[in-house]
Amino acid sequence: MKPAPLRYVRPETLEETLGVLAEHGGATKVLAGGQSLVPALNMRIARPELLVDINGLSELSGFRPENGSFIVGATIRQADTRLLRHPLLAEALPHVGHFVTRNRGTVAGSIAHADPAAELPLCLVVLGGSVCTKSASSEREIPASDFFVAHYTTALEPDELVVETRWPAPQAKWGYAFCEFAQRRGDYALCMAAAAAAGKQLRVAVGSVVDRPTLLEVDPERPGESAAAQVEPWGNVHASPAYLKHLVRVLVDRAVETARERSAA
Amino acid sequence: MGAKLAETWVGRSVLRLEDEALLRGEGRFIDDLDPVAGTRHAAVLRSPFAHARIVRLDPSAALNAPGVVGVLTGEDVVAMSRPFPAGIESPVPHFAAAHGTVRYVGEPVAVVVARDRYLAEDAIELIEVEYEPLEPVLDAVAAVATEACVSDRVFDYGDVAEALARADLVLRERFRFPRWSCTPVECYGVVADWDAAAGSLTAWANFQGPFTLHSVAAAALGLSGSKLRLITPTDSGGSFGIKSAVFSYVVLMGLASRKLGVPVRWIEDRLEHLAASSGSTARTTELEAGFTADGELIALRYDVVEDVGAYVRAPEPATLYRMHGSLSGAYRVQNVSARNRVVLTNTCPSGLNRGFGGPQLYLALERTMAIAARRLGLDPAEVARRNLVSSEDFPYATPSGGIYDSGDYEACLDDALELAGYEERRAEAVSARARGRLVGVGLACVVEPSISNMGYVTLAEPAGERGLPKSGNAEGCTISISPLGGITVQLPTTPQGQGHRTVAAQVVADILGVAPQEVEVLTASDTSTFPWTVASGNYSSRFSGVGVGAVALAANKLAQKIAEIRHHLGDDSISLRRVAGTAHWNPESLPPDMEPGLQATAYFAAPNLHPPDDQDRVASSAAHGFVVDVAVVEVDRETGQVRVLDYVSVHDAGRLLNPLLAEGQVRGGLAHGVGAALFERVVYDEEGNLLTSSFMDYLCPTAADLPRPRIGHRETPSPFTPLGAKGLGEGTTMSAPAALANAVADAIGRDDLELPLTAPRVWEVLSR
Repeated sequence: MKPAPLRYVRPETLEETLGVLAEHGGATKVLAGGQSLVPALNMRIARPELLVDINGLSELSGFRPENGSFIVGATIRQADTRLLRHPLLAEALPHVGHFVTRNRGTVAGSIAHADPAAELPLCLVVLGGSVCTKSASSEREIPASDFFVAHYTTALEPDELVVETRWPAPQAKWGYAFCEFAQRRGDYALCMAAAAAAGKQLRVAVGSVVDRPTLLEVDPERPGESAAAQVEPWGNVHASPAYLKHLVRVLVDRAVETARERSAA
Repeated sequence: MGAKLAETWVGRSVLRLEDEALLRGEGRFIDDLDPVAGTRHAAVLRSPFAHARIVRLDPSAALNAPGVVGVLTGEDVVAMSRPFPAGIESPVPHFAAAHGTVRYVGEPVAVVVARDRYLAEDAIELIEVEYEPLEPVLDAVAAVATEACVSDRVFDYGDVAEALARADLVLRERFRFPRWSCTPVECYGVVADWDAAAGSLTAWANFQGPFTLHSVAAAALGLSGSKLRLITPTDSGGSFGIKSAVFSYVVLMGLASRKLGVPVRWIEDRLEHLAASSGSTARTTELEAGFTADGELIALRYDVVEDVGAYVRAPEPATLYRMHGSLSGAYRVQNVSARNRVVLTNTCPSGLNRGFGGPQLYLALERTMAIAARRLGLDPAEVARRNLVSSEDFPYATPSGGIYDSGDYEACLDDALELAGYEERRAEAVSARARGRLVGVGLACVVEPSISNMGYVTLAEPAGERGLPKSGNAEGCTISISPLGGITVQLPTTPQGQGHRTVAAQVVADILGVAPQEVEVLTASDTSTFPWTVASGNYSSRFSGVGVGAVALAANKLAQKIAEIRHHLGDDSISLRRVAGTAHWNPESLPPDMEPGLQATAYFAAPNLHPPDDQDRVASSAAHGFVVDVAVVEVDRETGQVRVLDYVSVHDAGRLLNPLLAEGQVRGGLAHGVGAALFERVVYDEEGNLLTSSFMDYLCPTAADLPRPRIGHRETPSPFTPLGAKGLGEGTTMSAPAALANAVADAIGRDDLELPLTAPRVWEVLSR
C-alpha cells in the first residue's frame, strides 16, 4: 500500500496551477483534502504521473453569499461550520465519512471525485447548484445535473479545475430532507435520497443505487414507489438489487414526507 | 496452591501501567523497533487466483529495478525449507510461499527485498508470472465427500440413539457460522536477521503464541529450537488470536534474509492482512437434539463440517477440538455424539480467532435450546434452568471428558434475568409485536473454557495414532531483585493490549509487599532468555490462570527466600532493599546452603489436564467460567436493520484480579461477538476472489455501532488456579452471536436466519 512513483507540485497561484493542468492535463490528479485520493494512490488504483496540490491557493479558500447562493471555494473543508447554514447540508454532512476525514476532506473534492455514493453531490443536484471551473483558456459554470456523468466521471476536462461550487441558499416555505441507509455509521450508504418540497413543488434525487446522483420526476402521491420504478440498481456484496430497490422506495418516502413536514412548519 | 496474598492490590481496579506510554504515543510496537543496522524492506507478491498452476515465474525485471537487493521465490522457499507440520497429515504440503500451485487469493508467491517499501512494491509489479487457472473448491459442504476432506472422526458418549428414540421432541437444524476475522489495529510485522556464521535466525515479530508455533517455524526452517530466537515487542496493537499465524512470515522473511544476506523488515498492510493473514473457520453444523416434553435436553448429535481454508495450518484443526470437553455446553445432558470433518477449500487458511470454536458451537446449541423452548411452549430461561449443571455437582465431569471446575450457573441465570428485567422485557416484546413492532428477547447460557490443554488437538487422530501424549498448558515466569531492591518480572505471555503487566505487578506487589508501580514487568519476550514452555503465549484466556499462576509461584519462592534471610539476620523488619543488598553483596551472611542472589523462576501447569484417553475423552481446558447474556432487539420492518435495545451480560469468571480490565475484556468480547452476529463475514465469489478485501466491505463494527452492555459478575473461585481466577476474554464473543440471533428470531418469528444478521439479509428473510 505505497503509491506508484509520482511527481508532486504545490503551485502558489491559480494561474500557475491552471498552467500545470494545461501542460500535463490527463497525467495529473488534483490533491485537495486527499481523503479519497490518497487511499486510491496507496492502493495503486489511481496512478497519476503528477500530483497537483492546491492547498496553497488562497484564491480558492473563499466562502461568500452571492445572488441567493453560497459560493464555496475549492479548499473549503467539509467540517466548515458555515456549511451548516443550509439545513440540507446540516443533515447530510454528519454522514460524510467520519469527523476526522471531514476535517481534511473538501466540499469540491467530494464533488469532483463523483462517487455515486457520496452525500454532497446528491445535495448539490437536488438543490440545483452548480460547479464553477476554470482552465488556462476558459471558465464555465456547469449545472450539477450535467456535471455528474457516471461513476467517478464528470464533465470536467483534463485541463480544468473546480474552483468553487455554488449552493442555492435555503428558500422560505421550502422544506429539505436527507435520508440514507448505511450498515455502519460513516459507511458509504447502500442508498440515499434527498428531497426539497414547497407546496406542490417537489424535487427528489437518489444516490448510491445509480451511477450518479440523479434527479427523478416522481409521482407526488406515491413518491417512493414511482422513484423505485425508475431505478435498476446492481446488487453488491452486501445487498441484492431487490433490497436496494426497496430501499429507494422507503428512503424516498421518508425524505419526501420529512421535507413536506418541514415545509409546512 | 498456597499463594499467600495480602488483600491489597489484587481485586482492585488498578489503572493500567501500560497506558502512560500508549497515551503519550510512546508505545513500542514492531514497526517502532529498529534492532539491526542495514535492514531492508520486503514486499510480497501474492496470487491473484484461488487455484492455479504457476506455469512460469520470471523475476529478472524486478532484479534490475532501482534499489532492489534481491528476490525470494516460492521455488527458493521449497528448496530452502520444509513443509510446516500440522495437527493432521494432509496431502497438500504447506510452505511459507507457493511453488507450482497457488491455492488461495493472496497466497505468497515471491518476496522482493529493496531499499524501501515503495521500491519493493514497484518491483513486485515487474515479476512476470504466468498462471494456468484451475477449478477452485469453495463450498466445503459440497466437497465433503471428496479428497478435500482430510479428517473424519466420530465421537460417541452415552447412548444418543436410544435417547433420541425416547425423546418427545427431536430437532434437526442446520447452522452456518461464516468465516470472520479479528481486525486488530496493527497488522503483522517481522524483522528477520539471518546469522550465516552461526546458522541461526533472530526474528522480531508481533507474535502472540502459542509457542508451539515457534517449534513449527523452527521445524520448517530446519533449525533446532535454540537457533531460532524469536523476540516480541513490548506493545502489540491487538491480536484476538490472529497474530498466532505471523509465524509463517517469520519463516518467509527468515528465508529472504538468509538468501539475500541482509536483515529484512516486512510490515503487513491492511489489504494483505484481510486477504492472507488468517481468520476463523467457516463451520456448518447439523445438530440433532432430543428433548422431553418438559424441556429436559437428553441427546445431542453434532455433524460438523469445518472449512479450514487452503492448508491445515497449525494449530488447526484445533478450532474443532478446543470446545470438545464442552460439547454439552452448560447442561447435564449425558448422551452426546459428534462427527467432525475437516475440509480444505481454496480460501485463506484459518486459525485462532477470539472464542476459537466457542461461537460456532454455541450458535448451534443455544439456537437449538431457543427453538426447542418455542416448540414446547416453554420459556427459554426455564428450559435452560431445567438443564443447567447444578452448583452441587462441581467439579463436574462432562460426557466428553471436560472437568468443569466450579460455578453456580442457576444463580448467574437469576442475576442475568433480574438485571435484564427479563419477565417485563418478554411481556413488552409480546405487546410491541401485537402493535406491529418487531421486538424480541434472546438468551444464551455458555460455559467459557480457559487455559487450553494443547493435547486436545491430538483428538483429530484416533487413539493409538496420536504419537507422544500431550497435555501442554504450562506458563513460566522469572522474577529478579537487583542489589538496590528493584523488582523485574520476565513474563512470556505476549500481551496484545490486555494489561498483563498491570495484573502481574499487582500480584507481585501483594506477595513482596511493594506497590505495583515498583514492579517492572517485561513482556518483550525472547525465546533465548525468557522462561517459556511450548504452551506459552496469549490465547485461550489463559493469563489469569496459568500466567498469573507462574507469577505468583515465582513471587512466593522469592518471598520465602526473603523471609528466610530476614529470619537468619534476626530482624523481620529489614527492608527489602537491605535483604537484596545482602543477597548480592554479602553471600557469606546468608543462611547456610542458601544460593546467593535473588532470582526465582517458576512454572505453573494447571491440574487435571491429561492427554485424551482411549475413549476419546479430554479435559480440553482447565478452568470454566459461565456467561449468561440477555439481548433485546428491535428489527426495523422496512429496512431489516437490527437495533440492540439492551444487552445484559453476567459472568462468573472466578476471582476478578482487576475488575477494570475485566470490564474491558467483556466489552471487547461483546464487540467481537456483535461483529459476528450483525456485521462481519469474509466473502469470496464463485471463482474464489475475495470480495471483502478492504474495510469498505469487511464490516467491522465501530464504537458507534455497538450496544453499551450492562455487566454483572459473580465470583466463584476456581479451585484449579492459584488465585481462583478464570479467563473471561472470550465468553461474550461465544455468547453474543447466539443471544442476538435468538433475539432476532424471537422478534421476527423466524428460525431460518444466517449470520451475520445484516439489514439486507434480515429483510430478505422477512420478504421470503
